[in-house]
Amino acid sequence: TEKAVKVDLDEWSGVWVFCEYRLGCLAPVSLELLGAGRRLADLRGVKLSAVLFGHDTGDTATTLIAHGADIVYRVDHEQLAVYSEDTYAAVLTSLVREHRPEIVLAGATAIGRSFVPGVATSLDAGLTADCTALDIREEDGALMQTRPAFGGNIMATIVCLSSRPQMATVRPKVMRALDCDPARTGDIVDIAPPPGQLRSRVQVLESVAAHGAKVNIQEADILISGGRGLDTPKGFELLQQLADVLGAKVSASRAAVDAGWIPYPHQVGQTGKTVAPKLYIACGISGAVQHVAGMQSSETIVAINRDPHASIFDVADFGIVGDLYEIVPKLIKRIEEYRRG
Amino acid sequence: MKIIVCVKQVPDAKDVRLDPVTNTLAREGVESIMNPYDQHALEEAVRLVEAHGGEVTVVTMGPPQAEDVLRQAISCGADNGVLVTDRAFAGADTWATSYTLERTVRTLGNFDLVLCGKQAIDGDTAQVGPGLATRLDIPYVTCVQKVREISGAAIVVERMMDDGYDVVKTDLPALLTVVKDINEPRVPSLKGKMKAKKAVIRRLTAADIGADPACIGLPGSPTQVMRVFPPQARGARAVLTGSIDEQIDQLVAKLAPYL
Ligand SMILES: Cc1cc2nc3c(=O)[nH]c(=O)nc-3n(C[C@H](O)[C@H](O)[C@H](O)COP(=O)(O)OP(=O)(O)OC[C@H]3O[C@@H](n4cnc5c(N)ncnc54)[C@H](O)[C@@H]3O)c2cc1C
Ligand SMILES: Cc1cc2nc3c(=O)[nH]c(=O)nc-3n(C[C@H](O)[C@H](O)[C@H](O)COP(=O)(O)OP(=O)(O)OC[C@H]3O[C@@H](n4cnc5c(N)ncnc54)[C@H](O)[C@@H]3O)c2cc1C
Repeated sequence: TEKAVKVDLDEWSGVWVFCEYRLGCLAPVSLELLGAGRRLADLRGVKLSAVLFGHDTGDTATTLIAHGADIVYRVDHEQLAVYSEDTYAAVLTSLVREHRPEIVLAGATAIGRSFVPGVATSLDAGLTADCTALDIREEDGALMQTRPAFGGNIMATIVCLSSRPQMATVRPKVMRALDCDPARTGDIVDIAPPPGQLRSRVQVLESVAAHGAKVNIQEADILISGGRGLDTPKGFELLQQLADVLGAKVSASRAAVDAGWIPYPHQVGQTGKTVAPKLYIACGISGAVQHVAGMQSSETIVAINRDPHASIFDVADFGIVGDLYEIVPKLIKRIEEYRRG
Repeated sequence: MKIIVCVKQVPDAKDVRLDPVTNTLAREGVESIMNPYDQHALEEAVRLVEAHGGEVTVVTMGPPQAEDVLRQAISCGADNGVLVTDRAFAGADTWATSYTLERTVRTLGNFDLVLCGKQAIDGDTAQVGPGLATRLDIPYVTCVQKVREISGAAIVVERMMDDGYDVVKTDLPALLTVVKDINEPRVPSLKGKMKAKKAVIRRLTAADIGADPACIGLPGSPTQVMRVFPPQARGARAVLTGSIDEQIDQLVAKLAPYL
């Protein structure tokens, strides 16, 4: 490995967002990143480009323009229909080498966190993981990337001063998407990568959706979360009723997952998923640091726990001390009444 | 099969706090442990070797005291431990760490499989595994929750995704990063502990692995930590009062924007 010593920083310009498209769906984080990317591009006075990989992506490119992109680099190919680490990394690396953007952002999703580190390594670029804030430093235009580390116990702001591009994966639900503006215009550039980039050493034999349809708790606006306090797997049926009333998804603490009451993709926390919904309702969860690390950036937190000293109340905006089996059914009833007016 | 497991020594994260005065990590009195995910990587390696034959080599880059995690690994079934240690490695980001591990793996010779944890619970980046595989020019699969089979030169695994999992096949040699669901790590046996005590840990310096000084430690790291600070405390909590019914009424009123 020979490292490119000191790149000429001025040769790199523009903000790029990798837009994730899987199994016929655009990941919502892609639009959030276009919102964040638009702001950075305007601060730098440069263009915002979206990169779209997939097959039969329909009018997705137009959607990306309506949400802020000036240019869409679209790589629509059957070899990219299914995600694999090496093809995605090879194609993105090659596009970045050719067009030299100064900033490259991707969602901190299973896919983004898996292939983007490979891209950064090949490009000799710095990569900041799982950012929750991005800003431009006025004096030199550097991208300031802020992220939690040590399970959310500390925050760090990271810069890449002598290498380009500056790369970051960004946590879903933290940035705000722009409203859709169908009048916006932009260019769609179709790319046909050479076959060598599309040959994968990793073969996906089958994609299995998680039990209980597709759950991606990171994309939910409202989460109803259950812990050991539910006492039995049946408790999640009650939480599901509350979730249905609110149009929410159900998530859990590790204790509930370890007990086998709900599968692992629902776990919130340091060793589960990091979520930041608009509303998080914790039922029978004590509020261990490893759990709180995964949900403390939620907009509003409600805690229901029968122990008034439970530490979940320290992070809650609204807390009710009591038995969840009394409170949750009443809450469902009251919400239904409220809805009826 | 020859399996290399990369393990990191980390502070037990629940104890880590920023010193409010100096804004540096208060590590005093904080216990060091083997990164929890790496315990699962090690366990999987030991099980694969038990089933298919071969040997498990554990590698760590870290200060001299990181030897502890290597001995712990040997007590849990690893055959050899390699400590890559040099002052020049200090301050490495994931780019420089994956470079150093690549040089190390190449120094050790042939292998069939490299196993890493999904992420380290201190740096929390999950970037070292993919970076190392890219440098070694071998295929990699992240977030592996199950190794289904190894036959000949191919391995079939389950890769955890946000919406379920993929069944993925790849050729060996390959690198996998693993999640905790993959297995339940064993506790060290008495015999293992004896072996660990006597084991000779191989030590490698930057020169031993032929590392380019421009690619290691702080000078080799494209990212720089500009500032660390404590997370913002959440606003004061609103305490609801009254009977349960009254509290629920207040709550529903507060939650009106979400209803
Ligand atoms: C390395 C490491 C990583 C970890 N990662 C995670 C992680 O990712 N996510 C995670 O969640 N945890 C994680 N943990 C575990 C964490 O430390 C806690 O053990 C776990 O979060 C506890 O889950 P809990 O709150 O559901 O259970 P408990 O701590 O047992 O709390 C149950 C709560 O329910 C309340 N309760 C009981 N009955 C009722 C009732 N009828 N009505 C109302 N309240 C009731 C009790 O008062 C209590 O507060 C991790 C631990 C370690 C060491
Ligand atoms: C507050 C803070 C924030 C940081 N943010 C970033 C950042 O955004 N980007 C960046 O590039 N660096 C960052 N770093 C530096 C980073 O933590 C170090 O490079 C570290 O050596 C490796 O990264 P990690 O701990 O995230 O490991 P991960 O990439 O999460 O580790 C994954 C796996 O790689 C293996 N592994 C990791 N380190 C070693 C090792 N030393 N020896 C053997 N195996 C190992 C283990 O199997 C581990 O399970 C940050 C450091 C701090 C203190």
